[in-house]
Formats: sequence, structure tokens, C-alpha cells
Amino acid sequence: MCGAVAGGLPAGVDAGKEAVIQGVVSRDGVPVVGYVRLLDGTGEFTAEVPTSATGEFRFFAAPGTWTVRALVPGGTADRVVNAAIGEIAQVEVAV
Amino acid sequence: MSREAVLVDADWVEAHLSDPNIVLVEVDEDVSAYDKGHIRGAVKVDWKADLQDPVRRDFIDKAGFEKLLSSRGIGNDDTVILYGGNNNWFAAYAYWYFKLYGHENIKLLDGGRKKWELDSRELTDEAVSRPATSYQAKDVDTSIRAFRDDAIAAIGNLNLVDVRSPDEFSGKLLAPAHLPQEQSQRGGHIPTAKNIPWSKAANDDGTFRSDDELRTLYGDAGVDFGKDTIAYCRIGERSAHTWFVLHEILDQPNVKNYDGSWTEYGSLVGVPISLGADG
Repeated sequence: MCGAVAGGLPAGVDAGKEAVIQGVVSRDGVPVVGYVRLLDGTGEFTAEVPTSATGEFRFFAAPGTWTVRALVPGGTADRVVNAAIGEIAQVEVAV
Repeated sequence: MSREAVLVDADWVEAHLSDPNIVLVEVDEDVSAYDKGHIRGAVKVDWKADLQDPVRRDFIDKAGFEKLLSSRGIGNDDTVILYGGNNNWFAAYAYWYFKLYGHENIKLLDGGRKKWELDSRELTDEAVSRPATSYQAKDVDTSIRAFRDDAIAAIGNLNLVDVRSPDEFSGKLLAPAHLPQEQSQRGGHIPTAKNIPWSKAANDDGTFRSDDELRTLYGDAGVDFGKDTIAYCRIGERSAHTWFVLHEILDQPNVKNYDGSWTEYGSLVGVPISLGADG
């Protein structure tokens, strides 16, 4: 439900109906554990997930432009990403 | 109540880890989080398996609550410190739930599990065992719980605070964006509700904003502090966070959490629904 897992979507999720944003948070090329926030086009908070033990995260968004904000001990970083129904937007966030 | 009466910070918790009359309780949306690591001495409460009736959609009854707290080693006179992930959503929900059954001494760890982790404080996977107690709950206090008829009756009369994200409020999304989008039958919000996302009450690290910031937030968004208030979200956990802000931190009387929330209201036949960004 929260920490994402590598590979495909969870069982029971219809990938054709979801606008997925997922990726990995890293520091100096090494995956890092923390939290990831999803902000909408106005910068408003929409959702937050803890990363998996290997820095991975996933959101089920809506089509449009979003900002992914990583929060880890000692740092934050933002990345803008576009999501579309039936697609998986892969985003790597370096802190 | 006041901020000092209902919140503790991480330093306070670290200084009281060995106090036998203080019980740390972790409640997470991700119920596996505790098992991966928790604050030393904390016991786990599963918001779903422990706090929900296994058959119908409702709370466990008084006897069930007594059995639960007794098994966790929580006594009536113990001070319970709740914390959890998701900026304390489910910890706030448990706080409200414990209040429903009349537990007196209870506080939230400001910032919850996230702030604790971002501070790189100690977490452990050591098993925790406390001696069982004989907990005695009070009768349910429904003065802080709203039902669907209360929500309908509040349209145009009371403060209705929809604490979901703007996209859920407008009907664009049916659930928080970290969950698959299958939930209520209809999207939108209860007419005349103000959309004040729970997140506006918290800093990025999950701690609550200052009292002045909170009063300004709700006042500017159109909450009439002279009226009663019902807060709702999707299943009542994020709105418990806002209930905590309004009722416990800001000391507003007559604030109720509608835990049926949008998964109930958005599936009711014949009730009015508004779409878009306006109330």
C-alpha cells in the first residue's frame, strides 16, 4: 500500500485505468530511504508515501503535471513529472 | 485542552522511554511498518484488524476495546503516546478513537514516525511485551463522532470541512493518490463544504503548524469558529487529524469527525453532491 516494490503493479490493479508515477530516490547514486510527497500543479500536497527499503515509491495519480518531492534525513529534492492514464511515468529523484 | 496538553515532541519521548506509566502506541496505515522498526517499548495497534468490527462497517464494541487495551498492557491511568506514519493520520484516528471510549491521558508525538525517522532517531525490531491489564472503557462519547444524517443536516448550516486533496474534493480523484482509484460510487464533495486539506495544518516534517497559523488557515478558508463543525475525508483518518487540530489544539467545542466520510457519502443514493473547486 505504501512502500513501493520493484517491477510491475500490485495484483488487482488495472494498469490501463491508472496514471502511475513511480521511481527511486537516491543520494550519490545509492538508493536512500525516506518519504516522497506528490504535489499537484499548484504545488498543493496530494499524497505522500514512505519509500521501500531500496528507495522506491509509487503513486496512482491523474493525468497532468505533478511535482514529486523526496524527503530524506538531511535533504529534500523536487522533480516535475507528467502522468497519463495507462502509462507509468518513471522518475529518478537525486537528493 | 492546549497544544502542551495534547502533544509531545521527540526529545520528550526519548526522555520518557523507561517510564512504566507511559505507553507508546504505534498506529500506521502500512500495518507492516511497526514490524520493520518501532520506537523502543512501543506496542502496535492495527487500525484495521484491531479497531474495526470484522463483519459490519463500524468500530469494535466497548468489550472489544477493553480486551484490546488490556492485551496491550495499557491501564486506565497510563499516559498513552500515539504516533504513526502518514503524518500521524492513523495515530490521530486512534487518538480520536481512544477518546470515544473515554481514555483520559493521551497525547500525540508531534511529527509522528516520519519526524522521528528524518531525525535519524533509534528504531528497533525488538519484540515488546507488557503485562496484561484489566482496562475499563467508558460508554462511547458520540459528541465527537458524526454520522451520515449529521453530515446531510449540516449542509448550509454548520461548518463542513473536507480535508481531502483538491483533486479529491473536485471529483477528479476518488482516493488519495497513493492508492488505486476504486472507492466510492461518485466523486465530488458535500455541498457547502470548505476544502481545507489536512496537509495545510502540517509542516513538511509532519509536525503541526503553530496555533496562530492554524487559526488563520481555518478562518481564512471560511470556517466560522462560532459554529459547530464536522470534518470528513475518505474513511475518517485524515479528518481525525483535522479534528485533532480544531478540537484538541485550537480548543474548538463541538467538532465531530465523520468517519463514514466520502466512501459512505459518495455511495449514498439521492444525496446532493457538488463538483469542482467551489463549496
